[in-house]
Amino acid sequence: MSAPTTTRTTPSATTGRAAARLTAVSKAYGDTRVLDAIDLTIAPGEFVAVLGPSGTGKTTLLRLLNGFEKPDAGEILVPPRVTTVYQEPRLVPAHRVLRNVLLGQRRTKGNKSAALAALTEVGLERHARSWPATLSGGEAQRVALARALVRDPQLLLLDEPFAALDALTRLRMHDLLDRLRERHRPAILLVTHDIDEAIRLADRIVMLRSGSVAIDVRIDVEHPRTITDPRVVDLRERLLGELGIDPNPTKENP
Amino acid sequence: MTAALDATPRTDRADAGEPADADRTAVTLARPRFLGSRKRSRTLSVTLRFAVPIALLTVWQVASSAGWLDPQILSSPGSVVQAAEELWESGQLTDFLAASGRRAAIGVTLGVAVGLVLGILSGISALGEDLIDPTMQMYRAVPFLALVPLLLSWFGVGEGFKIVLIAVSAVAPMYAYTYLGVRGVDRKVVEAARGYGLSGARLVAQVILPSALPNILMALRICLSVSLTGLIAAEQIGTTTGIGYLVSLSQQYFRNDYMVLCIVLYAVIGVLIDLGIRVVERLAMPWRSGVAAR
Repeated sequence: MSAPTTTRTTPSATTGRAAARLTAVSKAYGDTRVLDAIDLTIAPGEFVAVLGPSGTGKTTLLRLLNGFEKPDAGEILVPPRVTTVYQEPRLVPAHRVLRNVLLGQRRTKGNKSAALAALTEVGLERHARSWPATLSGGEAQRVALARALVRDPQLLLLDEPFAALDALTRLRMHDLLDRLRERHRPAILLVTHDIDEAIRLADRIVMLRSGSVAIDVRIDVEHPRTITDPRVVDLRERLLGELGIDPNPTKENP
Repeated sequence: MTAALDATPRTDRADAGEPADADRTAVTLARPRFLGSRKRSRTLSVTLRFAVPIALLTVWQVASSAGWLDPQILSSPGSVVQAAEELWESGQLTDFLAASGRRAAIGVTLGVAVGLVLGILSGISALGEDLIDPTMQMYRAVPFLALVPLLLSWFGVGEGFKIVLIAVSAVAPMYAYTYLGVRGVDRKVVEAARGYGLSGARLVAQVILPSALPNILMALRICLSVSLTGLIAAEQIGTTTGIGYLVSLSQQYFRNDYMVLCIVLYAVIGVLIDLGIRVVERLAMPWRSGVAAR
């Protein structure tokens, strides 16, 4: 990636050019320290993927940014508009699709047409009057994406949003997310278990280990990225190594 | 995966990114508004639970001793306690409670058994639903007190009538909630259990009943409260024991202290029922400790 990458690589705490900032944030549940004095700054428009084994505080990080949890120590700063897409669509079954996209907003004409536009963006305008129960998993998740984007978030939190989808649908969702990102350019924090997904989508990968940042790496590989690109292969091996997995059995020969 | 990634058409991020970035420089950051649930201390919770009943009692006591309350309207707490002592010393209080308790226990057990079986049959099979549900919905609409004359003519004024009346009152709520509970059991879990060879009574006992237990226990709560109403009706006639008899006695002799005592007794029984069900919930549903069915 070119010019903007370099400006985004130096999000400085002093200039205030950040879409979210965590300073020395700690969180423990009982005796388990889930996050241990973690520092993380996300620049406006930056796409950060957070990787890490289960129980390393990935989801806690999102819950903190959402305000569902309070940090034990440290400071969390977020922009006014933060939205989330969860692993499950979390649509209200009693509301039709359009009304789900409007959730929490006034049902004014303007908001309705914005919601319809958001549904059009995710290719579901024909389903505006459908009930959530009649949608497939991928469709429901696209509605959840539309619901998150219609508020024009400055920070979009994605909590393993594609984990429950089949592989093909997941790839389509990656493309969709790419396109939506071009248009809206929110800062994005994606929590995922999928290293390939992280490499495919993100500008920067943060790997957590026992509550701290183990790796914080920028991906300076232009899009579209191929997993045969030597830089991608190197990064992939490094991330897998950090997870304690031997990358060679799954490595593909260029 | 490679092919799909390679094929992805992509616009240049540099062009799209720069102006958007500039726009967002002005964003002011703030701490996220706390949306989680606040932790409440157990002491505070217990205190609050007792606070309202104690406050009501205090107001009652103060109003009585200050002379604002005419004893003919509402007896003082002291005289109600006195009435209780009177009955206690004569042994009637224990006799009454034992007699009512026995009637309620047998009646509720019968009613709950019938309601439970019908509810399960109706909940698990379409045939059962077709056969049972319409009739039960009609039955549910009939106030059980309307059956008193009929039951009296069938069973006379003895114990049988009283027990049957309470049983009849318990069937409908038990049926309705069991049916709902069984219908609400996760179909996928049932399907998996069938796949692993469970069927019939074993399926019901091992999968369906445990999953429907929250509803069933809620039904039990309601049945027990309804049985108190049944007791008042049943014990108006042909008996000289029971708290329902006490109610009609106090009315007959216009003893305000006894009237209030009856209400207090019902309230205490209500609390005991609640505590009992909570204990059962804790023992029977260890997987959802702390989540009481209400």
